Amino acid sequence: MKARPLIRSTALVAAMCGMLAAPSAFAQPKEQFFPLLTFRTGPYAPSGTPWANGFVDYFKLVNERGGINGVKILWEECETGYATDRGVECYERLKGKHGGATVFQTMSTGITFALTEKAPQDGIPILTPGYGLSESADGSVFKWSFPIAGTHWASADTQLQYVAGKVGGLDKLKGKKITLLYHDSPYGKEAIPVLTKRAQMHGFELSMIPVPHPGLEQKSAWLRIRQTRPDFVLLWGWGVMNSTAIKEAQATGYPRTKMVGVWPSGSESDVKGIDGAEGYSAVLIQPGPGAKSKIAQEVLRVLHANGKGSGPKEEVGEALYMRGLMNAMFAVEGVRRAQERFGMGKVMTPAQARWGYENLNFDAKKIEAAGLEDVIRPFATSCTDHMGPSWARAYKWDGKEWQLDSDWLKADMSILEPMVKAAASRYAAEKKITARSPQDCES
Amino acid sequence: MAEAPGKRTHWDFNWRSANGFKGGTMAFFLETLLGGLMAGMLYSLVALGFVLIFKASGVFNFAQGAMVLFAALAMARFAEWAPAWFGFESKFLANLIAFALAAALMFVLAWLIERLVLRHLVNQEAATLLMATLGITYFIDGLGQTIFGSDIYRIDVGMPKDPAFVLESVFEGGVLVNLEDVYAACLAALLVALLSLFFQKTVTGRALRAVADDHQAAQSIGIPLNGIWVVVWCVAGIVALVAGIIWGSKLGVQFSLTTVALRALPVIILGGLTSVPGAIIGGLIIGVGEKLSEVYLGPYIGGGIEIWFAYALALVFLLFRPQGLFGEKIIDRV
Repeated sequence: MKARPLIRSTALVAAMCGMLAAPSAFAQPKEQFFPLLTFRTGPYAPSGTPWANGFVDYFKLVNERGGINGVKILWEECETGYATDRGVECYERLKGKHGGATVFQTMSTGITFALTEKAPQDGIPILTPGYGLSESADGSVFKWSFPIAGTHWASADTQLQYVAGKVGGLDKLKGKKITLLYHDSPYGKEAIPVLTKRAQMHGFELSMIPVPHPGLEQKSAWLRIRQTRPDFVLLWGWGVMNSTAIKEAQATGYPRTKMVGVWPSGSESDVKGIDGAEGYSAVLIQPGPGAKSKIAQEVLRVLHANGKGSGPKEEVGEALYMRGLMNAMFAVEGVRRAQERFGMGKVMTPAQARWGYENLNFDAKKIEAAGLEDVIRPFATSCTDHMGPSWARAYKWDGKEWQLDSDWLKADMSILEPMVKAAASRYAAEKKITARSPQDCES
Repeated sequence: MAEAPGKRTHWDFNWRSANGFKGGTMAFFLETLLGGLMAGMLYSLVALGFVLIFKASGVFNFAQGAMVLFAALAMARFAEWAPAWFGFESKFLANLIAFALAAALMFVLAWLIERLVLRHLVNQEAATLLMATLGITYFIDGLGQTIFGSDIYRIDVGMPKDPAFVLESVFEGGVLVNLEDVYAACLAALLVALLSLFFQKTVTGRALRAVADDHQAAQSIGIPLNGIWVVVWCVAGIVALVAGIIWGSKLGVQFSLTTVALRALPVIILGGLTSVPGAIIGGLIIGVGEKLSEVYLGPYIGGGIEIWFAYALALVFLLFRPQGLFGEKIIDRV
């Protein structure tokens, strides 16, 4: 008799649990989870915030368009402060959430270095469009890494091509003095191998000056630049280092017209409000700034006009915002491509998404369908080539906005490819990785 | 502004002097030396904040860097908002109002720190107070960015941005002097003179020194400890505001400004924690030392050495004069 109330209450609790669980089981929407490692605080927040907003806005836009063939995007941000240890912590925290991470975009070369070995063990692809480990372009060694559309080596190459264009061609670089002013971090150091190689090829004198984190202390660096009198200064800064470099150049009297930045040194936050920034230029791996582009206008119309935008609407179209937007697009398009093989409208596993990133073929027709024809050029990846063609354009700051200052520049793969192969082979030998077989390429 | 094509600039003159014309090497050495001295004065400004609070309360205020950022953020954002709030366009007026508001905010912050933190830690161990200031650092860092944002903001108080060239008759092309640094150094010197007068010649200043020597003894002769602490944190807040305006005008106002506090640490180790002149001399030695080392030693050992070089220099001093150049030698009687 006494057991009856206990049984009754147990049954009641079980029934309530069932009622609570049932709707989520039956009405569970199809969602693809994209974790976001962002840095909206700390010394690099001015760069990280528009980048992250571009990311989030693109995901929102895809959901407004109906998702990836009906699969809605779910995302969660984790603040790294651009610190490698916190980035790894975020990775560990998010990799298993919401049914598992589809892909990680580290948004930091340092975090990429830390996760390049870890992610393959977890079977999660790492996307690093425009940054990361340059040799990871070799898909036969780096199965899970995808520096789609560009690496730092590609950036360095296009940057030098632009400088060569200023003096009349690569052959005219002979005898010139070029100084690389770089952020003393894994990112900044990525410029060195390509520029060293180019210096040997073309006979220019390359000097290198590291700037310690976060980049505020540059007086000595600019005194050294004043001492060596280079014909050009290539700026590889990040965050506050860029605006400081431009100000120090002005304070030293170095012509800004001879300063050329790379894409992380080419955002509006680097130059806005600095009188001396006029004439400074930067070579940006696609995309460049694009406030008037179709995609930026769509973001304003669909999101901001309805109070759904992620940041201030004035930010839409800025260089780093567009980079975030395009990086999110790469993440989405890989899943869309994977659905073509593994089932339209299905949630993709990380392994299936990996196949998608490896078999991207974003031709002119697809670019137009995505509304990106005025922003990027066609690209494709393959089993052995995880980067695809890398295109860049130079922009010059006129005191108010970036003005296009060059035609498309394409990273010269006849120079980069042997370097990528050699570095990837060294990595494979060190880590005891066997190059992928043709069968593996089909997996 | 961008240079007009074909215009002959000092850059061109100095190009020749650096390549063997008369005095090129000497002129460059002088430029480096001057650059170091100017940078040193700016470090001294931040070091002053540490010294002030330590002199008056025996607290090593780890939050000084965060206070510099907070004050600079307030100044930059109020100067941006003031024209819209009060309906005018004058930049001078905007800066004036922003300065007043930022100073008021620093007073409020000082009062809150005393009320909520320090009052409860009277006569506690120095390590406890240090830890409390560490907590204040993180709180102010977050609060500043939450209220004012985390972008790079500009402070424009009319400091000259272009360089000047002096001794043109002695060295071909002259010696480059950063005018902004010269203005900043003059401001810092003025501030130091005022603070020295305040500490030596005013009743409050003497009370501050008495409190620093012994909390209990100062209380026993009727010095109101809590009031004195509010005063000293207010003064340190104003020093932080001036440092923030100068550093912010030079580099832009952004989170990284907190790291300038780290630049001041070797300065106070060298100059002594209790000496205002020590902060100045220490700043100058560190400034010159790190610039000369970076420029002349850097190329041989890979560059980027100036930050650790300052600490290495301070460590060497610690070995021989633990109290710093001008610090008080503490003798405990057993």
